[in-house]
Amino acid sequence: MKNRHTLSVLVEDHPGVLNRVVSLLRRRSFNIDSITVGHSEQPGVSRMTIVVIGRDDEVEQAGKQLYKLMEVLKVTDVTPLNCVAHEMALIKVAAKSQTRSEILQIAQIYSARIVDASPTTLLIEATGPETHIDGLLTMLKAFGIRELVRTGPVAMMRGGTTVGVKESARPERELAVAGNGTTPHAN
Amino acid sequence: MAATGTVTLGTSPGATGGDPRSTEKPLLTGSEIVCRALEDEGVDTVFGYPGGAVIPLYDALPRAGFHHVLVRFEQWAALAAEGYARATGKPGVCLVTSGPGATNLVTGLADAMLDSVPIVAITGQVIQPLIGRDAFQEVDITGITLPVTKHNYLVSRIQDLAPTFKEAFHIATTGRPGPVLIDIPKTLFLQKHEYAYPDSVYRRGYQPTSVPNMRQVRLAADAIKKARKPLIMAGHGIMLSGATDLFREFVEKTGIPVAHTLLGLGTFPESHPLGLGLMGMHGHKHVNDALDECDLLLNIGARFDDRATGQVSGFAPNAFVVHVDIDPAEIGKNVRTDVPVVGDALEVLKLLMPEVTEGRHDDWMAWIDSRRDRALDEALEERPAWPEPYTIIKAIAEATSGEAIVTTDVGQHQMWAAQHFGFDHPDRWITSGGLGTMGFGLPSAVGAKIGRPDLEVWSVIGDGGFQMSSNELATAVQENLDINIAVINNGYLGMVRQWQDLFHAKNYSEVKIGAPQFEKLAEAYGITGITVRSDAEIRPAIERARSIRGPVLIDFVIEPEANVWPIVPPGAANSGMLHQQRFEG
Ligand SMILES: Cc1ncc(C[n+]2csc(CCOP(=O)(O)OP(=O)(O)O)c2C)c(N)n1
Ligand SMILES: [Mg+2]
Repeated sequence: MKNRHTLSVLVEDHPGVLNRVVSLLRRRSFNIDSITVGHSEQPGVSRMTIVVIGRDDEVEQAGKQLYKLMEVLKVTDVTPLNCVAHEMALIKVAAKSQTRSEILQIAQIYSARIVDASPTTLLIEATGPETHIDGLLTMLKAFGIRELVRTGPVAMMRGGTTVGVKESARPERELAVAGNGTTPHAN
Repeated sequence: MAATGTVTLGTSPGATGGDPRSTEKPLLTGSEIVCRALEDEGVDTVFGYPGGAVIPLYDALPRAGFHHVLVRFEQWAALAAEGYARATGKPGVCLVTSGPGATNLVTGLADAMLDSVPIVAITGQVIQPLIGRDAFQEVDITGITLPVTKHNYLVSRIQDLAPTFKEAFHIATTGRPGPVLIDIPKTLFLQKHEYAYPDSVYRRGYQPTSVPNMRQVRLAADAIKKARKPLIMAGHGIMLSGATDLFREFVEKTGIPVAHTLLGLGTFPESHPLGLGLMGMHGHKHVNDALDECDLLLNIGARFDDRATGQVSGFAPNAFVVHVDIDPAEIGKNVRTDVPVVGDALEVLKLLMPEVTEGRHDDWMAWIDSRRDRALDEALEERPAWPEPYTIIKAIAEATSGEAIVTTDVGQHQMWAAQHFGFDHPDRWITSGGLGTMGFGLPSAVGAKIGRPDLEVWSVIGDGGFQMSSNELATAVQENLDINIAVINNGYLGMVRQWQDLFHAKNYSEVKIGAPQFEKLAEAYGITGITVRSDAEIRPAIERARSIRGPVLIDFVIEPEANVWPIVPPGAANSGMLHQQRFEG
């Protein structure tokens, strides 16, 4: 069965690395739903959050293929893990004087902020899980959504656990999945 | 645009110019740095073709400590580098200019990628201020080759040049080998910098697994102990890891018969009772029958290519599958695996050897033997008048005592050679497996002969493929290479014609292919050409070719519509193979 999987991918911050990742996923026909890239807690290391749709074995294969890129340091499928996965949306809604207060109420329910206004529109900034944003959008639809941009989720584990690579210059050999030898890295 | 893989190196010790003594070191041009780096890698041969962006590099070549072979087309530079690499086990190097020179390499890189052959390709790039401006002969070759290289670089700073070479050779030759491309803007060849070659490489994201997980090795050993009808599928990985000697010990100790993939030929002698020969689409009947029947399939160093497996749902249906591969991504990619063992074949065999017991499988071997198709041998007893392709291949094998390096092109002749040469030695069978690149035969023979001048080299080529790369005869002549070329001339793009014959109601569409008189073509290149039109002429022609130094071409005019048997029809399981013999004349 095909599911949405959220992959947290740590990569060396080299020019062209996004191209390598996307090109690889495209060539192997993995379906990317969203992708975000940004700096991580470590200098020189970026974190990508990639949402892919596929069967478990397909997503495992995608992870293994990603490891074959020299720049990829770590791939974690955080879907089954206890994590926070939030995205941000900017929504420009049509707003007349009669509807403005109702829109404000809805925004409040969804803990969204009004970041700009014009005589005919309100610009709403919302963050949260994808379902949360979906809910807000359903509520706003009737007023007329003029423009929408969603970032796609970024994800992080709850509690003290981290998804990262050791700072040490040479990471100690970690034991990977059974049969996958002594490091998860492909060749 | 983020399309290029610009690298900023300098993390490895000794790689940067921060050393206070650095000012005392002589300054070298970028061109000299490239040459020094190649020398420090022990490169003795570079296959190349010059052009605008690499003129400064070619300026330094006459003083370099390696030999440059001028090919006649850039793709042949990549394929010659492959032939060199496959014959020697060392990385092959090719060098071309920007733009069309670089794009002409692409097929060769893809070929090396699919067959895991270590190659370092150097391309010139336009001067840095012009990058991204659609300058004359500018192409984004790092972007173009992203999916067909193991890794690639666009070098942007002169101080990164030497460390990039170090890293490129390391990546090309370690783990699962493959092609690595280095794109160098012309500006860098002309700049100056001191030369320091790093002695080690460290990439956080590149830690190939060579030593397997012992728990998995024990699981594999258990499976071997329990099996009654075990079979080994031997792939190229055994050769690439240098494990053929240990592999032979392992096979002899366990008594498990060996089925060879196309690139696995030579990993274990076919003349040995346990060496079964080719499996898959044109595999021998008893080998594919054994795959169907086996209760354990131990795949060592093969990637379950579809030409080997046929329809996967019908592949080795009764087998418990153990898969040894250095690339974790190959595990479970095509065929479900019960016990994955990720590691270098040599390391895996070292650990597996003490875990397995002596074994014999007489009943199983007798069963396999009973499935042999002897019809061909019997038919050949009758000695048809045509030069029969099987007879030609066997005659070359006999004349050379099976010691020769054989390169092939792609098509029917390739399959006849794979089926009937009988490979007993590693690194003697050089063929384009994964990509099936027509034109491969002659340039790979050039590379192989240059890499192994001590070995006799035969190149078995179709009349179609030969017309793709026959211009490489000029290179063979210029280098005075002792190569024997056997053109298997059926006047057709034979393999395509065979498919049209069998699967498209004999609708021969665009497969009849004319050709010049090859004997005359040979003469035009100043070499000996021989035409063979009958069975009786086969052996004398082969002996004559062997006695002449330098390139010789034999044009074997065979029956136009001879087919390769057996054949697994496309989309069918190996068990659905068709058998038919046809002998005219
Ligand atoms: C570059 C390239 N183009 C096309 C093909 C498709 N193809 C595979 S075999 C073949 C026929 C080869 O004919 P020839 O070289 O005469 O060999 P034969 O099969 O007759 O022995 C063709 C066209 C290919 N493998 N490679
Ligand atoms: Mg032909």
